[in-house]
Amino acid sequence: MSFINLFRIALRALQRNKMRAFLTMLGIIIGVASVIAMVAIGQGSKKSIQDQLSSMGSNMITIRPNSNVTAGARLDFSSVQTLTEQDISAIKKQAQYITGISPAVNQRGQVINGSMNWATTLQGVSPDFLGIRNWPLSSGIPFTEADVKTADKVCLLGQTVVSNLFPNGDDPVGKIIRFNTIPFKVIGVLASKGENAFGQDQDDIVMAPYSTVQKRISASIYFQNIYASAIDEAGTDKAVNELTTILRASHRLKPGDEDDFTIRTQAELINTFSSTSQLLTVLLGAIAGISLVVGGIGIMNIMYVSVTERTKEIGLRMSLGARGKDILLQFLVEAILISITGGLIGIALGITSSRLITFFLKWPTLVSQSSVVLSFLVCAITGVFFGYYPAQKASGLDPIEALRYE
Amino acid sequence: MEKKILEIKELKREFRMGAETVHALKGISFDVKQGEFLTIMGSSGSGKTTLLNILGCLDKPSDGSYLLDGADVKTLSRDELARLRNHKIGFVFQAYNLLPRTSALENVELPLMYNASISARDRKERALRALEAVKLAERVDHMPNQLSGGQQQRVAIARALVNEPVMLLADEATGNLDSKTSYEIMALMQELNTGGKTIVFVTHEPDIAAFSSRTIMLRDGRITKDYLNEQPRSAKEMLAAMPATDDY
Repeated sequence: MSFINLFRIALRALQRNKMRAFLTMLGIIIGVASVIAMVAIGQGSKKSIQDQLSSMGSNMITIRPNSNVTAGARLDFSSVQTLTEQDISAIKKQAQYITGISPAVNQRGQVINGSMNWATTLQGVSPDFLGIRNWPLSSGIPFTEADVKTADKVCLLGQTVVSNLFPNGDDPVGKIIRFNTIPFKVIGVLASKGENAFGQDQDDIVMAPYSTVQKRISASIYFQNIYASAIDEAGTDKAVNELTTILRASHRLKPGDEDDFTIRTQAELINTFSSTSQLLTVLLGAIAGISLVVGGIGIMNIMYVSVTERTKEIGLRMSLGARGKDILLQFLVEAILISITGGLIGIALGITSSRLITFFLKWPTLVSQSSVVLSFLVCAITGVFFGYYPAQKASGLDPIEALRYE
Repeated sequence: MEKKILEIKELKREFRMGAETVHALKGISFDVKQGEFLTIMGSSGSGKTTLLNILGCLDKPSDGSYLLDGADVKTLSRDELARLRNHKIGFVFQAYNLLPRTSALENVELPLMYNASISARDRKERALRALEAVKLAERVDHMPNQLSGGQQQRVAIARALVNEPVMLLADEATGNLDSKTSYEIMALMQELNTGGKTIVFVTHEPDIAAFSSRTIMLRDGRITKDYLNEQPRSAKEMLAAMPATDDY
């Protein structure tokens, strides 16, 4: 029997029982749609975390002081201060894979503008910092190396600080504000950066030259962090090796000694978060996959009922010249038609519902091609797998008994 | 000499029911020539159904030989039997056995679906011709539940004819019909027979046998009578003789 005939016979058999075919399909539709939507949610959250981390500057490198052992007691990061101006100049002098470098000293405090005040963080950095963080200004100008040298009392305000200190929309550029008791001249406003991957408001910040912060506020020669940017993403590993060598020499560590600093790259951070959301994707996908299997069992069940119910039809077809193989293929094609049609509808529904989730719940979703292709293949295989057994049963019927079946 | 469609020699069929062996057919021999209209009669338990199944190539004999249009049925595989049924036999059943929710035309096309050598256009053409032959040309798109019993049986006959079989095999084909409709069906059978079709008609009603040209009586797995009907009754005349209006 030709394939077209086979297809036509199966299609007509399904048309005779539209409602049942549709309900059987529903299991597959829901299964496929949920696989696609769930994976889309997982992939979407992964993508949004990756994007946020990259927006910090994908080739950013962070150097922190490491915990250190002093007289046998291991101390935590904050109590250890190892990063100094000396390290910065060593890196500036020797590093080849680094394009920008900036120390960071942070100080919590109250910023005041007239009657308005706001608790925020003052971050002392170098002019390179904006480049490293990929952070443009929305107005004004950045401070310069000259400002750093002279420890000028100039600052840049984040958007959150601006809205709290200048609630009536005045342009802050050119104004004088105070950080605790120290006056600063506002020379620029940072563009809005939004929340970071940890939910912190990145715009709640005041930036000033690090020398100013060190000398006038924290009175410390140490840095909390050093930020650097590698020449490009691919050069990050080389940059990390280079920095390690330079810092070990600068800190006079002997070959057997542990590093007294930690170097983290943005790529590492991205990987850590990606693997978490990858796990989420796999979990959601697995749950949805189970519903697909249940849908497949639904097909098998209906095909069994169908074979029993249509025993007489099978007998008739056999008496008219259908071979066992023809009957087998007919039922198999019916099962595959149900699963594939259900799969296609499910894919459409899955994509639509991912869009709706993004639209109404504002969750990021990303429909990946691989999840569409994979769930479609699984459906087709489900059809063959769960359709084969009932079809086998149908083809093995004895035509005489099938004809007499009531 | 006329061509022999069926050649049956010492045909036996036994069934094993647990420890017992039931002899349904105990050695039957007869030939059917082309153009014959044969009725096989017998009460239930006479082996009539067993014989019908074997004649229809749904079953194989335990012993003896059965040649259908020259092919030895006993040596054929399941698939080859299916092919033989498709090409050489047209079945007409007591319960019509039409596919529900399927138009008359598609029902008639069904046997041709299992014959890969026939194109879709050919299939439709032949199905339409067969429906014309049973005078249902205007009802091709009707579903079985929109047709009367007699019309359904005529669709079934069209389905049996569409593959141009060497033999029509009818199993109590008038059993579900009232006498008037039975006569209509028998008139159609006689007309097809006059046109050259070989017909084997299994029945237990003697007045149906009267329309055929030859009758075989079965009892207890053996042939008790095999006689030619010199003057078969004409179903057409019977119909004409019936009262025009039948008010029940």
